[in-house]
Formats: sequence, C-alpha cells, structure tokens
Amino acid sequence: MSDFSYFGRTVKYLVICSLAFCMFSFSAHHVYADAQRGKQLFQQNCAQCHNPLRDATGPALYGKENEVPGGRKWIYNWVHNSSAVIASGDKYAVNLFNQWNHVQMPPFPQLTNQDIDDILDYIKQVGDEAKQAAAAPAAGGQQGATAAAPASNNNLLYGIITLVLAIVALILLQVNRSLNRMANEKEGIETREPVPFYRNKTYIALVSVVLFLMAGYFLTNAAVNIGRQQNYEPTQPIFYSHRVHAGINQINCLYCHAGAEKSKHAMIPSQNICMNCHMAINSYSGPQLYTPEGKAVDGTAEIQKLYYYAGWDPKQRKYVNAGHPIQWVKIHNLPDFVYFSHEQHVAVGKIQCQVCHGPIQNMDVVYQFSDLSMGWCVNCHRTTKVHFADNAYYSNIFMKYHEELKQGKIDSVTEAMLGGTDCQRCHY
Amino acid sequence: MSEKKYWKGLEELYNTPSYQKTVRNEFPEKLPFGEEVDKLMQAKTPRRDFLKYLGFSITAATIAASCEIQVRKVIPYVNKPVDITPGVPNYYASTYVQDGDYCPVVVKTRDGRPIKIEGNTSSSITKGGTSAVVQASVLSLYDTARLRYPMIQGKEATWEELDKAVVEGLRNLGGLPIVLLTSTLMSPATEQLIQEFAAKYPNTKHVTYDAISYSGLLLANEACYGKRAIPSYHFENAQAIVGLGADFLGTWLSPVEFANQYAQTRKIKGKKANISRHIQFESYLSLTGANADYRYTHRPSQLPAIVLNLYNAVALALGKPALPNVPTLQDDQLQKGIQRAAKLLAAHPGQALVVCGSNDPRIQIVVNGLNEMLGAAGKTIDWNAPVNYRKGIDSDMQQLVADMEAGKIGALLIYGANPAYDYYDAARFAEALKKVKLTLSFNDHHDETTVLCQYVAPDNHYLESWGDAEPKAGYYSFIQPTIFPLFKTRAFQESLLSFMGETPDWHAYLMKYWEPKLGGLVSWEEALQNGVIEPKQVTLAGLPFKGDVQAAATQLAAEKPQSGELELVLYEKVAIRNGRPANNPWLQEMPDPISKCTWDNYICVSPALAWKLGISINRFNENDLNRPVAKLTAAGKEITLPVLVLPGMPQDVVAVAVGYGRSQDVGKAAGGVGKNVYPWAYFNNTTQTFHYYQPAVTLTLTGETYPLAITQTHNSFEGRPIILETTQQQYNQDPGEATREQREERERYGGDQYATEGTLYPNLYDFPGLKWGMSIDLNSCIGCGACTIACQAENNVAVVGKDQVLAHHEMHWIRIDRYFSGDPENPQVVFQPMLCQQCDNAPCENVCPVAATTHSDEGLNQMIYNRCIGTRYCMNNCPYKVRRFNWRDWQGATSFGQIKDTGDMNSDLTRMVLNPDVTVRTRGVMEKCSFCVQRLQDAKLAAKKAGRPLMDGEAVTACQQACPTQAIVFGNVHDSGAAISQVRAENKETRLYYVLDDLHTLPNVNYLVKVVNKDPNDFYVEPVQHVLGK
Repeated sequence: MSDFSYFGRTVKYLVICSLAFCMFSFSAHHVYADAQRGKQLFQQNCAQCHNPLRDATGPALYGKENEVPGGRKWIYNWVHNSSAVIASGDKYAVNLFNQWNHVQMPPFPQLTNQDIDDILDYIKQVGDEAKQAAAAPAAGGQQGATAAAPASNNNLLYGIITLVLAIVALILLQVNRSLNRMANEKEGIETREPVPFYRNKTYIALVSVVLFLMAGYFLTNAAVNIGRQQNYEPTQPIFYSHRVHAGINQINCLYCHAGAEKSKHAMIPSQNICMNCHMAINSYSGPQLYTPEGKAVDGTAEIQKLYYYAGWDPKQRKYVNAGHPIQWVKIHNLPDFVYFSHEQHVAVGKIQCQVCHGPIQNMDVVYQFSDLSMGWCVNCHRTTKVHFADNAYYSNIFMKYHEELKQGKIDSVTEAMLGGTDCQRCHY
Repeated sequence: MSEKKYWKGLEELYNTPSYQKTVRNEFPEKLPFGEEVDKLMQAKTPRRDFLKYLGFSITAATIAASCEIQVRKVIPYVNKPVDITPGVPNYYASTYVQDGDYCPVVVKTRDGRPIKIEGNTSSSITKGGTSAVVQASVLSLYDTARLRYPMIQGKEATWEELDKAVVEGLRNLGGLPIVLLTSTLMSPATEQLIQEFAAKYPNTKHVTYDAISYSGLLLANEACYGKRAIPSYHFENAQAIVGLGADFLGTWLSPVEFANQYAQTRKIKGKKANISRHIQFESYLSLTGANADYRYTHRPSQLPAIVLNLYNAVALALGKPALPNVPTLQDDQLQKGIQRAAKLLAAHPGQALVVCGSNDPRIQIVVNGLNEMLGAAGKTIDWNAPVNYRKGIDSDMQQLVADMEAGKIGALLIYGANPAYDYYDAARFAEALKKVKLTLSFNDHHDETTVLCQYVAPDNHYLESWGDAEPKAGYYSFIQPTIFPLFKTRAFQESLLSFMGETPDWHAYLMKYWEPKLGGLVSWEEALQNGVIEPKQVTLAGLPFKGDVQAAATQLAAEKPQSGELELVLYEKVAIRNGRPANNPWLQEMPDPISKCTWDNYICVSPALAWKLGISINRFNENDLNRPVAKLTAAGKEITLPVLVLPGMPQDVVAVAVGYGRSQDVGKAAGGVGKNVYPWAYFNNTTQTFHYYQPAVTLTLTGETYPLAITQTHNSFEGRPIILETTQQQYNQDPGEATREQREERERYGGDQYATEGTLYPNLYDFPGLKWGMSIDLNSCIGCGACTIACQAENNVAVVGKDQVLAHHEMHWIRIDRYFSGDPENPQVVFQPMLCQQCDNAPCENVCPVAATTHSDEGLNQMIYNRCIGTRYCMNNCPYKVRRFNWRDWQGATSFGQIKDTGDMNSDLTRMVLNPDVTVRTRGVMEKCSFCVQRLQDAKLAAKKAGRPLMDGEAVTACQQACPTQAIVFGNVHDSGAAISQVRAENKETRLYYVLDDLHTLPNVNYLVKVVNKDPNDFYVEPVQHVLGK
C-alpha cells in the first residue's frame, strides 16, 4: 500500500514538472527573453535601493515604465545621469526628486541601453508574476506539506525481525527438546523432568549477559553524549532564515560571519551589518517560511524586529536610539578546555562551512549538524589533506614529507601527519 | 675542577634530621580533604557514612549534570567598533608610571579588556624588559578594593557635588595656602597643568614626597653640579661596578633599565670572556648583592667610613689628593674589600661606576667626587639626559607637616602619596591633617591617608588613563587608555581642571599640549602608536664638577656614628616595593628572590646571630614551619615579627622590609599581612633627609612562633650537579671545563647520538616539523622574578594563599631556584629559573595511567587537563619538580569547588584578567609550563595564513618577553639560523649543559654555565660550619 502511494506521488510530480516546463518554454521564456540577465544586473546595481514592488530607499519600479513621460528613452537618460535630467527642468523628474526628500540617485553611465532594457524586463517579469500570484493565492501553500518524505528507519524493522527470529529459535529449541524427549520416552530412555525455560540456568545466564551488554552499551553511549547537542535547534529571538539569505539570495557566508577568516570566532554579525542591506529591504517576499513546528512565519514582521533591535525607525528612515543587543541562543558550544579557531580552518585550511555546519543554506532554523565530539574532530584531522605544497609556510619544515612527495611515496599530506592529532593542538 | 657544594638553605647545608625527613617525604601533607573528613573519620560508623555521602554526591552530581543543558547566549555588538574583532587581541603602547618608577609597555587587550602587559621593545631605556611589579599591574586594574566613586566625608557623592564643594572650599580658605602633595610625577603636561592650577589659585604649592626618598642624591647633585636632578647611569659602559648599598638590580631608582645594562656587561660571546666585575657593599642580602662577584657586608653606620676609605684608596691608586682625617675601619674583611674595589676602579678609568644608595647628601657628594675622579662623567654617567625618576625633597615634607601642625595650611590635595602609612611619623601626620581646613585625596584605594581625607576624588588606573611621561630629559613616553574606566573614577588631571572651572577633558588638554610640540595630529597618533619618542642621537656628557668633597668628608669624618650592638636596616622588597602594590595577590605570593618567602615580612638575621639568640637549627627548616617570633625595640618603639635566618646577613645587623602592615581597607590581599616598619625611618636634622636605618636596636625572642610560607626547600635537589659555575679566569683558560664531565658522559653513550644510543628504548619520537627549544643563560639571569609573574598573567596561574603555600601547594609554572654556596655568613648566590624542561624522554609521560600527558611532534610535553584524573604520579616522577597540582578549585572553575579566595581572585571583576586562550584549571588536575603553547599556535597561524615560513622571534614565550636581561632565548631548533640554534651551536663545547642530563630525560631546555668574575681562590670556598657547631 505504501509502495503504491509513493509510486503515485512520483508520477504526479513528474507530470506537474513536465507541464510546468512546457508552460515556461512556450510562454514565459518567450516574453522575458533577457530577464535572467536583467535579474543579475538588477541585483548588482539597483537592489541596494530599489525593490520592483515596494518603495525602499527609492520608489517601487514596477509599472514606472508606463508612467514616465518619455518611455524607455527617458529612463535611459535618468539612469545614466539623473541629476542632469532634474537640472533640465523635466517636470516629472523634479517632482520625483522632491517627493523623495532630495535623495539623488547615483549615475550609472556604465549601463548600456540594452542593460537597462534587460533590467526593465526583469522588473516587469517580477511584477507580472506577483500579480498572477495574487490572483491565485492558495497555490504555494500545499507544497510544503507534500515535499517532506516520511523518514524511514530500518533499525526498528531489523530489531523486530531479530526479535521474531529469536522467539522462533527459542520455540524451535523447545519443540526440538520436546520431540527429543518424546522420542527418548518411546525408546524407553529415562529422561529428567524438564526444567521450564524461565528456570533454566543457561537461559537466565544468557539473558543476563545480553541485558548487561545492552545496558552497558546504552549507558556508555549516553554518558559519552552528555553535553553534546547534535540536532540542537533552539528558537531564536528573530526568525532568521539561512535558507533565504545564504541559499536563495546567495549571500556569501563571510559577508556576515566576517570573523571566520580572521578570528577564532566566526562572529555573529552585529546589527549594523544586517542594516547594510535591510535599510533597503524592509519586507519579505520570498517563499513562505515555517517554523519547525509548522507554523507560518511572517518574514516582514521579523524584519521589523530587527529594526527594533537596531534602533531604526523605518518610517523616518533613520536611527532613533542606540538599539538593543540581540540575545541569540548559542547553538555550537565547545567545552572550555577546547581551543577551536575558525581562522585556522577557514582561512588556512580552506574548509567549506558546510563541512562542519551541514547544509546551512537549506536551513530555515539552524540546528547543530555535527556532534562536535572529539572523535569527529580527530577523524577529520586524520583524513583531511593539507595544502602542503602550495603553502610556503611548509617550505622549510617537514622536509621528510617534501622528499617523500617528490619520490612519490606519498601523494598527499594529511593533517595528522603534521601533528594534527596531538593533544595540544586543541587543548591548552 | 674542585667540586663546589651548593645548598638551598641552611638546613640542607647542615643536613638536619628534620631536613632529611623532608627530603624523604615529597608530599609532606596529608590529603587535604579538610575538616569535613576529619569529622567523618570520628563518626561512629565512618565506612557507612562515607558510602552514604558517596552515594548522595554521585546521585546529586548526576542529576545536576544531566537534567538540562544550559542555554548559552551569544550577544553581538549592535554596532561593532571597527578595530575590535572578537577573539583577536589588540595591542596598545602605553607606559607604566608609578611613584617615579617608569616602564614603557605594550598592553594586550582581548575583547576590550586588558589581560597582559608586555615590555615595549621600542624603548632604548628598558629595551622591552619589565619587572614583576609592572607585569602584575594589570591585575591591579581589576582590584575589587579600588575606589569606585567620589566621596564626601566617607559617603558616596556625585562628581558635581564634589566639584562644587571643593571649589567652594578652595575659595574660602581665608588666604591660607593650598598644597598639592604628590609622589614623584614625570608628566610634563601634568606639570604644566599644576602650574595653571597655581595660577588660578595663586596660593598653591606643590610638594613632592617619596616614600623611599632620594633626597640625599638630589641635594648632593645640586651641590656638585648645580642641578637638583639625577643623571642617567650607563652600567653597560662599565667594566668596574661598585655598589654601596644600592640595590640597582632590584629596587634602586630604575631597576629594569639597570638590569638590562648590567646584563650587557655580563654576556659572554665565544670562548673569551671579558665581563664586568661587580663589587657590592651592603647591610643586608639584596638582589644586587646576590649577583655581585664580590660582596662585603657592613653595618649601616659604617657606610660613611667605607665611602671615605674607598675614596682615599682610589685617590692613592690614581695619585690624586686624598682626604684628611678619614676614620679607620676596624673590620679586616671590609678593609680587604675596599682595597679590592679601589684596585678594580683605579684599573678602569672611564669604565668605572660607583653607585650609592645612601640618602645622606654628604656621602653622595663623596661618591660624586669618586666618580669624577674615575672619569665616569660622559662615560658611565650622563648629565645630558638627567632622569625624572625621583624628585622628592624631604625637608619640604618636614616643613609641610610642621605648617599643617601650626594650622598654616588651608587645603591639602594628595595624589599618589600615602604619608599616613609611609611617613616615618604617620601619627603626627594624621594629627596634623586634622588641622587642615580642606583635605582631599586622589588616590585610587582606601589607603591609610585617603580614609582621613574629607574628600576623595579617585583617580583612574593607568590602563584607563591618558597621559605622558618624560623619564629622562628628551625621552618621552605616552599613556593611552586600554579600557573605559570601570568605575565612576576620574583622572587626577580632570579633577584639577574641574576645580579650575574648566572643561574636565584631560585628553583634549594633552593633545593640545603635545600636538604643536610633535607637529600635528599624525605625529601625535604615531607617538601614541609607538609609545615612546626618543632622541635620534645620544651623546653622553658630564657637567663641570664643583662639589666640595673636602667639606663633606670633613663633616662625615667628624661625626662619630652612633652604633649599638645591633643595627636595623629597612629595605624594599622586589615585589612589594614601598608598599604601594601591596594589594596585589600575584606580588604577595611571588617568592622574594632572596628569602623565597611569600605573604609576609620578617626580621632577617644572620645564622651567627640566630645561634647567639639560641634559635634551634631545626627552626631553619621547612619541616618546622613555625619560626620564632622576636620583639624588635628601637627608638622607643617595638614590634614583634617572625625571625628568618638568612645567610649573607651581617652578624650585627637585622633587616626588615617596608611595605607591609597595610590597613584592612586597602584590600583583602594586603590587609593585615606583615607589619609596618616605616616608623623606624627617621628624619636626620643635619642632613635634612630621611634615613632608613636605626643604629641601635635590641632583639629578644618572645617564645612564640609564627609560620612563614617559604618555598625555597619545597623540593630538594639532593646535591646533584644541576648548577654549573666557573670563574672568568678558568673559563678563559679552558672554556669547556665546567661542562666537560657532562659532555664526556654523553660521549660514552653515543655523543651526538645520545638520544638514541643512551637508552635501551631507542625508538624515540620523530619531530618532522618544528621543534621548540629554550636556552637560559645563568650569567644573565639576575633572579628578579619578572618571568614568574609574566607567566602567571599569561597562563592563568592561580594564587593559593599563604596557608596553601605552607602546604607546598604553590602553583607557579616557572620558579627561580636560589642556591647558596660557600661561607654561610656571606655566601655566593646563583639563581636558576626552573620550568618544565619539556623532556623528549619524559619521566612524567610514562607513568600517567590515563595518557593525560603526552609528547607532541614539536617536542612539547603536553598536559591535557580534561583527561587528567589527578593521580599525581607524574609529579612524583618528575625529576625537576615543576609539575603543580590543583589541590583546590583556586579560580572558581567549577561550581562544586571548595573556594578559598585568598586575595580576591575569584570575583567576577578579578576574573576579567584571565587569558581566554588558556583553560582555567579546575580542582584535581595537574598543570605545568606549556612553553606558552597558545602563543606558539598564534605565531604559527599568522605565518600559515600569510603563506610564509615561520620566522625566528615570532614565537615568544611570556617569560622570555618579560625578562629585563634577555636571559631566555627561545625558538625552533630545527632552524639553523634561529637564535636558539646559534646559542646552542656557539656554546656546544663550552657553556651549554642540560640539567640532570645523565637521566636521559633529553630536556628541551638548556642552561648556560654561569661565569663569575672572581679569583678562583675566592670562588671555591668550603662551607664553614663554625657558626652553628652542631
């Protein structure tokens, strides 16, 4: 039954995908020919101040194309040098300038007319899509529910099978014994009065040993795991989604976690770093966000929380107080006797964030991906190959390895070969 | 070479039965479970009770540990300052200035709080050296006893209230003068501000008062050179150095500077040694005396005669006119010493220096005359750059107290000075203070003077302050804040500005003062960054000498010095100095370089005197902690203090350190420790200066006992050859003699292959990359203890308190062992810094049952705290006795600790000094020197990140950085160009040796043989046992 439903879902999915593909190739792709390029240009040049749909530092851009007096030609002039347009006394331009508190739009002479066309196409596409979405509001809601496949865990199954087999074996043993006894009786051989299995010392001993081993195994594991927090996923004061920032919008991890390259701490960004973007981005329009419990999250409201913490008044568009520090809940905790340096791993080791932190770009709510146990660290140190030949730091030490590399005895140098499993690399 | 016998203390020399017992029993104390266990053992059913407690505590711990994991917060800045990156230290150049002591420093701050002081290597004065006091000054910032707000009549007030009240008070003095009483200031901008203050309040006088006065020297120089100043001394240019009661390596004038210069004359390069010769005359065993080649002891009252005789002897040798009527010295030894010193000085004209610690201007005039005769001017004495280290004139202070008594002083504003404690007649000062209309203290502690003042306007700590200093003419140094003031305190200068009715902005004032002088903002910022500005070209010069040596000598000769059977001399200790840093637990627990005693002052007596007093020889021993207590009577005052028998004390002199006996208000560490002996200083009306000795005292045992926490014999070296010494003469004849035995022994077991051939287990570790090594030059080490405190600051080493030092539980990772040899009445002294030797074949590693101490591929002997279960096998098996066990939770690392907070080390405030890169050790684990592995890792990371090889000198240990004499060289021994490799290669056949090399421990720390500039005949002196008989 379960197999059947899975099969059914797969078929449904494939059909939807093919349909969607067809729709795009026949309609959307045709209209917005260069919207893809436009999106890139928009994000590089315009997104700092503009949103296609909402007013930000500058006005919302969707529909402006039809509003301006000279159509696209006017827009070319404006983008290339807006102050010249204002200076020329263009009524619309002057009006706009006054309306937006005399904030001058910087000139973009480097954008060609083709570039501007592409950007405008992109804006139009975004706007059109938003309109369609508004017309069919319920479309997106169900996707979240259907996306997650049920977590399959075979361990339970194996366990049950083992148990059943064990019982069957036990029964067979009993049967075997009974049959033996009966056979003996028939042949007239004296047999002792049978001992019920629960009083049979062999059984009792066997069961005790098994129980002892199992209890020991679980106790030891539990004891070893004291203080470890794998999968720890606390609720944070602001619903900050790494999926939105690092995943969808492709913001480099190091933009916010600037310490990762220069300090032992990766650093939780201070609010001023958030505000670099969020001064302009004051609402959320991405995919609907959900808490791990399945509650819908209002992204725009979360941005408002940031404004409170940063002391920013979005209406007056200025800082009105010193702000309030955000008390994030620390997820990755190492014991005090461990020294860990992000700088060493990120800047020198060139290790990707995801190696330890997991698919962070897919996490709406961050959880601890690795168990951060010493065994986990040491295993990585044992297997990770070091940038040995290309870092001049190693040029005059570890001559033995240089020699062996040259002779082809080894093909790479692991961290452990450089003393990476020595205690005082991390404990001091 | 004849065997020289070394001993750590008299008990070892005389091998008393109780000493033998100590040696046999390395852990003398019972397990310190404390009273609870004693009570338990007396219970009716101790075994059952024990099991009950055990069961309960395991259950409790399980529940407490496993229920819930603590939710930790991480709180970023709202607006991150550009120059702070959490986790990355910032370094700011600043200057330690205290009562005229000067040391340019670099302050390490982590996440906005200062955690470590390092010497500023840009300074040509200290060359990056520091002292223990400077190193410890970072802890004073977090002193819980610091004053936290301004006060009026002992009650908290706001700054506005205080300003208003004080200004009103100052305006209504009825024409009576305002006196600003300070210790020595060397800040040019502050001097200008004080002048402006005096212009605003025209009736203002500035009186400088130094607790330990240099008036005699200042007045003598005024008489001789027309300048009331002190010249720069240049020991580095001297081949012949004679100290007359001046402890210039420990406490006199500018010890860090002098130690550096002195060490330059003691370094040995190559196979020919030509080191300076240093002869010291003194009345107690000082750090300087301990380092001298020849040392002669005398009574304090004999000093004039010694100086005069020395002058004449030198004059005779140089064919100059001698002084008439010079009193003869009865003492044969002293006569011999004077002849020796005179011969030495006369043989080195232009390369000789005589310094004298006396505060008698007439003596200093004769010494000046002597230096002139020796051509020291412009060579070893420089008048081009007179120093501002001490400026106090004692007669000014006398006059002030008299005026106060007469009600002639309207207001007394006190900054830095603490006369209610360190003035010889403190009671008189306190009484006189009551007659002053307005009294105000700027001091940062509730010290003895501050509690008597109506107003308290506490100053910032220097790490919170702006400032400047002019240690020498033409040398400037700057102070910049490294942290926002922790409390509601205000810079002294801002208080003055407020009282003047101006904007209290000292920073702006300072910039206004310096910017035009330096030529703009950029230069000012550059100066702040470098910390010091120094003249580009230095020429040494003298001044025309117009001193009347004849007259001074005649006066001295005419005076018949009063002298009793026993004389008392007051001295400063290297750690506690004049008593100002007394509330610093690091300094209180630092073993005194000479006596190795912590947490107390005491009466130092010679073994002969002890014998005479009837003190049993067993009382010299650590085994019997209880020292006899004696009553000291002089000048109508008496005091009871424990007696410490110290080899090297003159038979007829006793010495007691000043700086102790602070009031409880000063803080937990200082309060009630020791006794105050300043009352025995006195003002000499003839010389118009303070003197720090008493010519006639009596000493009687009270029959009581008192425990002194002395670390010197906590471990025994059992007569093994761990100190190697030779004389210059022998060294030049045969440089390798001292280490020959060790080298031959090595030769027998493989020579260069000793590591693998000298053992049955040759499969040693492989060191494919770096390998760290350290070399300690015993010739440069003066035993000052700066390294001990630097290490303590860097590595979060705990303070344990006196009762725990008594139980041998001190925690210092680097200790300075002091060894005596020769005559117990005037022994030779050697200092040997002893730290973990990071053995490549470490005895500790083999015996650890849980592999908590292992070897790294860089040759480090690693100690892993979280793995240690506290068996102490390693400590037992360490032949160097450098492992330290945490008997208690000293620093509040866990919530289950039994915390005994001696000296306030566990408060949230004091814990701010902890280095976040070093684990704070909890109870029940072993610890030891790690070669500052956190610094090594930092240096390696910086190099790796930059993609370049690690350069020599990048990785510096804390002890090495702090050392004022550069006695420690550290680096990667695989780098043949590194200083450490060069030192080892250079001295391979000569001075290089390893301690206990024959054990095949293969230490990574080597020592260089000490070379003494002594005649071999005087060098090899058998310890005489005549003193104590049995």
